[in-house]
Amino acid sequence: MMAVEELFANYNLSWLNGSGAGSDVVLASRIRLARNFRELPFPNRANFTQLAQVQQLAESALGAVASAVGQPFDRLSMDQLTQLQKNVLLEKQLVSRNLLKNPQYRQLFISEDRQAGIMVNEEDHLRIQCMAPGLDLKRPFAMASRIDDAVEAQLDIAFDEKMGYLTSCPTNLGTGLRASVLLHLPGLVFTRNINNIINISPQLGLAVRSLYSDGSEEVGNIFQISNQLTLGFTEEELLENITSAVREIVAHEYRARKALTLYTKDRLEDEIWRAYGTLKYARFLADTEALSLLSKVRLGIDLGILPDVRPESFTELLVAGRSNYLQQQAGNENMSKNEIDRKRADIVRQILDGPRAGQE
Amino acid sequence: MLCDDCKKNEACVHIVQISPEGRIDKNLCEACAAKYGNLVAQPEKNVSMNDFLKGIFSGSQNEAETENREMQEMVCPHCGMSYSDFLHTGKIGCSVCYQTFRHQLEPIIRRIHGASIHSGKIPHRSGGALELKHSLDRLRRKLENCVTNEEYEKAAQYRDEIRALEKKMAELPGKEAE
Repeated sequence: MMAVEELFANYNLSWLNGSGAGSDVVLASRIRLARNFRELPFPNRANFTQLAQVQQLAESALGAVASAVGQPFDRLSMDQLTQLQKNVLLEKQLVSRNLLKNPQYRQLFISEDRQAGIMVNEEDHLRIQCMAPGLDLKRPFAMASRIDDAVEAQLDIAFDEKMGYLTSCPTNLGTGLRASVLLHLPGLVFTRNINNIINISPQLGLAVRSLYSDGSEEVGNIFQISNQLTLGFTEEELLENITSAVREIVAHEYRARKALTLYTKDRLEDEIWRAYGTLKYARFLADTEALSLLSKVRLGIDLGILPDVRPESFTELLVAGRSNYLQQQAGNENMSKNEIDRKRADIVRQILDGPRAGQE
Repeated sequence: MLCDDCKKNEACVHIVQISPEGRIDKNLCEACAAKYGNLVAQPEKNVSMNDFLKGIFSGSQNEAETENREMQEMVCPHCGMSYSDFLHTGKIGCSVCYQTFRHQLEPIIRRIHGASIHSGKIPHRSGGALELKHSLDRLRRKLENCVTNEEYEKAAQYRDEIRALEKKMAELPGKEAE
């Protein structure tokens, strides 16, 4: 057993570390495959005995999965974690909200490098997920497909000649593939072009949503774009479609950033330095405030306005600045908003000042 | 007022539990209330697609209600899901449901995806013959393309590949995929 505590303490994610292709706009790429065992009802209609059977089947294939990935896996049972630990996994985007809703017989298998995982008994029996930094859907898809092959070599998967892989929700039918890309789009937001992108995406078979929102408003300028259709196309076609759409969006983002530096250079610099100043010296930082300031700082780094700030500090703080993570580190699940905001300001200063000893 | 269960947070939910022992009234904070199940009507963030689908499904239900009533009483023999359950939740119960409700589901699937034929990955073990059949289909399409474009050299190449595959298929035990 590896140190699972590391999963809750470390704010670095190897697939969200600011590396990879086009990483000044594209933060990460993710593949998810939905698979079900043929004989058992889907989790929404399975009783506890059947959910336990699913879990047993999944565990029986874990050895083959680990050797297909070439890494040991950690196994986490959702009903054995504290609420804070579960929420930290959610903040790190390693589990979905759905997996936490009913924790009994819900599990996460996760590889040592945290780039490959399987959610057991989420909406489908298995949700295989693989992540990579930057714009790179091919590599995680190849990995997810290898995991799929390893499972399928041992266990019967629900599949229909015409309809493909059978899933709990008909929107995932066919390939069961959901590919998504995480984009930082401050240029398109500040030039008010983002809504054009959001409006046009359904016509391209894509869904765009803001990763963080404050009830009604989008914060942080981080967007997730994913394929809506899963049936009638090959996996390669689906990946190609989303990759070319992302390239297009990235080109628009660069154009928007260029326009901002051309037409509002002084204003922009002022905004970015103010954001940096606030983050660097504030003693209390609210969740949404931190997110929107961090987005500006990251833009400043990308545009060369803040040459001395590490670009990774942005993605690191996307984990380290979240409320549940902060409470988990403090070992206190009943912190007031003020206490959390103070802790947040502390860690923002710490990470902006440079990597802390002990967290490489 | 503090939460009756954890005695730490401000209570904001009032629940009434009726059990054989009688009626229990409690004032709870949001976290404790969540432990009693999904009582709090939170605006869930990720269900928009589901709600949307539910709308689609039940939309068709209103159009021909009498005709559909019979259909909705159908029950999947494997998991016991009825078609009206599906209209309610937007979720399928098991792999057999897709057979049971095939006629009802097909138009819905076509409406969601614009297609109803899978053309992606096929499981190797259970889909051996099917995998061959798919690559045959693909080659035949390519062949047709070549013929219309008058690329006869390429077409001949595809024809040979198709023959080889057809031979392989004929040798497979149990040709149920045909």
